[in-house]
Amino acid sequence: MSFLEYAPAPESRAILSLRDSYGLFIDGEFVDGRGTPFTTSSPATEERIATIAAANTADVDDAVAAARRAYDRTWSRMSGRDRGKYLFRIARLIQERARELAVAESLDNGKPIKESRDVDVPLVAAWFFYYAGWADKLDHAGLGANPRALGVAAQVIPWNFPLLMLAWKIAPALAAGNTVVLKPAETTPLTALLFAEIVQQADLPPGVVNIITGAGDTGAALVAHEGVDKVAFTGSTAVGRAIAKQVAGTNKKVTLELGGKAANIVFDDAPVDQAIEGIVNGIFFNQGHVCCAGSRLLVQESIHDEVVERLKQRLSTLRLGDPLDKNTDIGAINSAEQLERINELAEAGVDEGAERWSAPCEIPENGFWYAPTIFTNVQTSNRIAREEIFGPVLSVLTFRTPQEAIAKANNTPYGLSAGIWSDKGSRILAVADQLRAGVIWANTFNRFDPASPFGGYKESGYGREGGRHGLGAYLAPATAGSVSRGGARAVEAAAASAEERPARRRRTPKPAKKGAAK
Amino acid sequence: MSGTSLVTARERALAVLGGEPDDATLRRYLHGIAGVDAVGLEQRAAALGTRSIKTTSKKWALDRIISLVDLTTLEGADTPGKVRSLVAKAMVPDPADATTPRVAAVCVYGDMVPYAVDALGALHGDPDDGRIAVAAVATAFPSGRSSLEIKLADTAEAVANGADEIDMVIDRGAFLAGRYGLVFDQIAAVKEACRRPDGTSASLKVILETGELVTYDNVRRASWLSILAGGDFIKTSTGKVQPAATLPVTLLMLEVVRDWHLMTGQRIGVKPAGGIRASKDAIKYLVTVAETVGEEWLQPHLFRFGASSLLNDVLLQRQKMTTGHYSGPDYVTID
Repeated sequence: MSFLEYAPAPESRAILSLRDSYGLFIDGEFVDGRGTPFTTSSPATEERIATIAAANTADVDDAVAAARRAYDRTWSRMSGRDRGKYLFRIARLIQERARELAVAESLDNGKPIKESRDVDVPLVAAWFFYYAGWADKLDHAGLGANPRALGVAAQVIPWNFPLLMLAWKIAPALAAGNTVVLKPAETTPLTALLFAEIVQQADLPPGVVNIITGAGDTGAALVAHEGVDKVAFTGSTAVGRAIAKQVAGTNKKVTLELGGKAANIVFDDAPVDQAIEGIVNGIFFNQGHVCCAGSRLLVQESIHDEVVERLKQRLSTLRLGDPLDKNTDIGAINSAEQLERINELAEAGVDEGAERWSAPCEIPENGFWYAPTIFTNVQTSNRIAREEIFGPVLSVLTFRTPQEAIAKANNTPYGLSAGIWSDKGSRILAVADQLRAGVIWANTFNRFDPASPFGGYKESGYGREGGRHGLGAYLAPATAGSVSRGGARAVEAAAASAEERPARRRRTPKPAKKGAAK
Repeated sequence: MSGTSLVTARERALAVLGGEPDDATLRRYLHGIAGVDAVGLEQRAAALGTRSIKTTSKKWALDRIISLVDLTTLEGADTPGKVRSLVAKAMVPDPADATTPRVAAVCVYGDMVPYAVDALGALHGDPDDGRIAVAAVATAFPSGRSSLEIKLADTAEAVANGADEIDMVIDRGAFLAGRYGLVFDQIAAVKEACRRPDGTSASLKVILETGELVTYDNVRRASWLSILAGGDFIKTSTGKVQPAATLPVTLLMLEVVRDWHLMTGQRIGVKPAGGIRASKDAIKYLVTVAETVGEEWLQPHLFRFGASSLLNDVLLQRQKMTTGHYSGPDYVTID
């Protein structure tokens, strides 16, 4: 027997108690949707997980109205300190339910459990903890004293990091005093709905967080809704562009976090073993479904062959398979549609003369899979060097001088992230200074921290998420006559306003509050 | 087992270095090797540590760990009686379970070698053949602060007494002062002293004492230096200095061994020693070996654990896997 064929070590699904169908989460309750329900399935097995309600325009109206009521009556009047308490409570509940959330994320999205367990969910908790701390310190957010919230935020998030993107959107919005209507991606609604349960468990005032599920038209209706003050979108550049056009001329504030084609620059003095790990982590993390993925490897010509050889050896050790197995390195591609796109671009790469190499791994029979692949002999004009593949495909290009590396790295319509590998600190700083990308990693890649702003240049979008800058996206400077957020105005919140709410099509009774520490 | 011959080691070093192994040449070579990023190395080691080894894999791993242990006693208070007790434990680690494999070797001070050899009797031999080797620490272990003559005499005596493996220490002072030529020459001389009259040679493990080298760049250079000078094994620590073996340091040394194998085709062994007490930790090392240099390294002549208390923890885990419940420290023997 081979030791390296580790015995299966699947994470148990027993911790999950999923419902057979989920409604929309509006005004603190799950209600039926009026659109045509759809199913969400596991991309690793194509098995159905649950039926999900779809929101039509009337549902979007309801959700926005609920958010508006909650904003006017409760959330905007609550002291920052009290808002912070709710956020801390949510953060703690996420930690308590971390394993459950990780299993649900891997099941629904296809990402390996080791990533959802060690990266996604801990970061989600960190994001809520971080912005919980900001809630009563908004005077120091850089917008002067007494900045005001924007109102109702419409948030549309992608399928690659379903729960993490939710946290990136909801945590700063709530800390700043906004209420939100969030639409998760059609293929990955599960953890957002579990998050809705956490919101109930935390006893957040109804309507502060509303989660509506559906396809692209639901998102479009939400973004276009007149009652929305702020639009935050993470996803493809094409959709981002459409949103920008749609909100042009309105008073809606917009942040867009879109695609990328990041350069990962490896100089000949790089710490080579760690650089190999960084390249792997840069493009094969989350099956390459990462907007800031280091999908263009720029390697100095003098070490090209060595780096490619080592990379191939390292990729041969990656384990592709069951996302719920704790030893899986590469999970499933999220959808058939995405797999199709990866295939198409990879074929284009071959057609344009690049050399393709795929790791020798067994592809499971069911589900959507793509073996880790690298293309060498890629030219800057090739499609695989220009277009975002959003899959486990790396294009390797070379450079000779730092100037050439910088020029090639910047020669893209995107500008989300970049990486630099060198043992020489002065070179790292000099090159980083000239790269036009929102995030630049030095001797590491794909590292995230709630205190660090994240966002793009050019077609990678605008606005920043994370850190103090991320708060700025949900705040406006105080206007004359706007009121202080002093604790004195803290409001007798949920209980009172709950009585005023119109009757709802209540779907499930509210669960008993399970030990939400107060 | 026997070490590589001295002549080929020196020829190989000259070919790799492109010159005599003096301070300047060695410095140029060792400082020309790509650096180590500490954060990245530790992240990689931590990631390898998250592998989940269950059921059949765990059973295999536990048995393999036992067969890779250098069961060690290196105390000032060691006596022939203590060594005999250690050897008895090495031969029959778990009296309650005859399927338990034997350890690879016992590791003792040079003057205790005759007692170990005597106690092993017919079982004394090559661990690759299922027998038990005798390893002796030498060269003014653990500090190495002595003249070369004394270090060589120390080594020669242990070999003459029947030691199959010599665990030498490098002169860390000389290494840190940049006197790479001196360190190289000493290792090469000790290697020569490992030779037996019949032409065979004891295997040489070179202890870097990574806790005193402090930086990963130093560990990488010392690893290359030791291999170039003819070491058959590179070993992390004496166990007398903290920190002793760590997973990142062992990973780094395995990467050197992998690169050396790619370059020359020669396989060098790695021995983490000191501080590995739990089965769970030892399994992380097995994973790191298998995923860095390959599974073929998980053999007694290419990988060892320098340990004493580890063995009993592995035996407890092993009993748990057989019986389904945990016993306690009184169900394994002390040596």
